[in-house]
Amino acid sequence: MDFHTPSSFEDASKRAAEATGLTRFLAGGTDVLVQMRSGTVLPDTLIDLKHIPGTQDITRTPDGGWRIGIAVSGARLGDHADLVADWPGVVEGMELVGSTQVQGRATLVGNLCNGSPAADSVPGLVAAQASVEITGLTGVRTVPVEDIPAGPGKTTLSPGDVISGILIPPRGAHGGDAYQRFTPRTEMDIAVAGCAISLRVDGDTITEARVAVGAVAPTVRLVPDAAAALIGSTLDDTAIDALVTAVRAACNPIDDKRGTAEFRTDVAGVLAKRVAHIAYSRAKGDAQ
Amino acid sequence: MSKIHVTTVVNGDEVEFLADPRETLLDCLRDHLGLTGSKEGCGTGDCGACSVTVDGVLVSSCLMLGVEAQGKRIATIEGMANGEELHPLQRQFVEHAALQCGFCTPGILVAAKALLEKNPDPTETEVRYWLAGNLCRCTGYDKIIRAVMDAASEMRGAA
Ligand SMILES: Cc1cc2nc3c(=O)[nH]c(=O)nc-3n(C[C@H](O)[C@H](O)[C@H](O)COP(=O)(O)OP(=O)(O)OC[C@H]3O[C@@H](n4cnc5c(N)ncnc54)[C@H](O)[C@@H]3O)c2cc1C
Ligand code: FES
Ligand code: FES
Repeated sequence: MDFHTPSSFEDASKRAAEATGLTRFLAGGTDVLVQMRSGTVLPDTLIDLKHIPGTQDITRTPDGGWRIGIAVSGARLGDHADLVADWPGVVEGMELVGSTQVQGRATLVGNLCNGSPAADSVPGLVAAQASVEITGLTGVRTVPVEDIPAGPGKTTLSPGDVISGILIPPRGAHGGDAYQRFTPRTEMDIAVAGCAISLRVDGDTITEARVAVGAVAPTVRLVPDAAAALIGSTLDDTAIDALVTAVRAACNPIDDKRGTAEFRTDVAGVLAKRVAHIAYSRAKGDAQ
Repeated sequence: MSKIHVTTVVNGDEVEFLADPRETLLDCLRDHLGLTGSKEGCGTGDCGACSVTVDGVLVSSCLMLGVEAQGKRIATIEGMANGEELHPLQRQFVEHAALQCGFCTPGILVAAKALLEKNPDPTETEVRYWLAGNLCRCTGYDKIIRAVMDAASEMRGAA
């Protein structure tokens, strides 16, 4: 196995494109090392991105949004008070990943690029309308987070594409977001269903919303019908019913020992309702 | 496969070793440095028996490559006691009989020490969540939690 520690994303991209055989990038390694250990993925080339300057940084962008370095761990994200104040839902999704030990290493980008339909940080990023900056062979481009997952373990990234940053838009006034998942065990378990919602209010009325679900389809999914059910409402019972119906209609889950398809679909609706209430009270500035 | 020369600081001492880039930090600690206090329970991040700190951050050493330790500061269970003098956590574990086979104990001690450095006065719930990634197949956890709580109060009193 070749091991590289490039000092720029351009170099990382070039090395990945030139490598023959199986290539993996190394962020926190909490998926890559488990896969190497089990023998499911034995890379011929491993490219550690953590020596690239800026990969450990969380910075506010000139427009008031955020740029998160690709090597920022869950623990570092949770320690950043200003980011937590802006995007509590994004951070709480990442903080659900694994144990304290896993939090010390695991990253948003790794969670996204590992391509698990149950990746806990991805619904929150999708709801927040986050995007990723990709450095590829032909230059740098920006792509919405929801366009990255292509199916279990698969992404739309091409050989030579490396994500060089995560961009979260400015929170702006009267916004709130939240994420919840259902797991059989409280900690250290994989989501059976998950839901993230980001919304904005004007007084009591919801003016903008984005709803994303996890673990109930081959990829994390944005559900525009569910957002439409919320927009224009005051989160009354009719809006909640329409939200729950739209979320359940978007579910196409697997049936396995951890949850039947019927159960996953049902729970996704329940989570959507709870998450909508939390996001709504955060948007209105009520303590949550 | 060519090996990579790694220089790092373990428990305050500068050390060097030659690592195959596929070897985990846990492999390197145990096989190249002879530090066998960190245990391998699973090798996949689930059990916490291999817990160490890297630049002060609690991690599973089975989820990190040895070559990633280059230039870092590692702390393992071997650095916890001050010579013959046990750390308050170690002493409380003995007093509470918070171990049976002992396989999970080094990892739990390292993890609990990291918690008390960040939060000297944790609630029982905070201790249980912090240690959720440290599995123990013998004790049923109760004595472990009580030992950590008592060590925390002892350390606050001593400060
Ligand atoms: C014990 C344990 C518990 C876990 N619990 C959870 C959980 O509850 N919820 C959950 O969602 N996940 C969980 N995970 C999975 C894992 O921790 C997360 O998916 C984590 O966020 C992965 O991030 P990483 O930085 O460690 O990724 P890595 O392992 O470094 O990389 C993962 C993948 O992303 C690719 N990649 C990394 N960086 C880039 C980049 N910049 N550009 C392009 N591709 C890139 C790599 O090539 C690789 O394929 C758990 C893992 C363990 C070991
Ligand atoms: S051996 Fe590292 S977590 Fe189990
Ligand atoms: S004492 Fe045996 S595993 Fe904990």
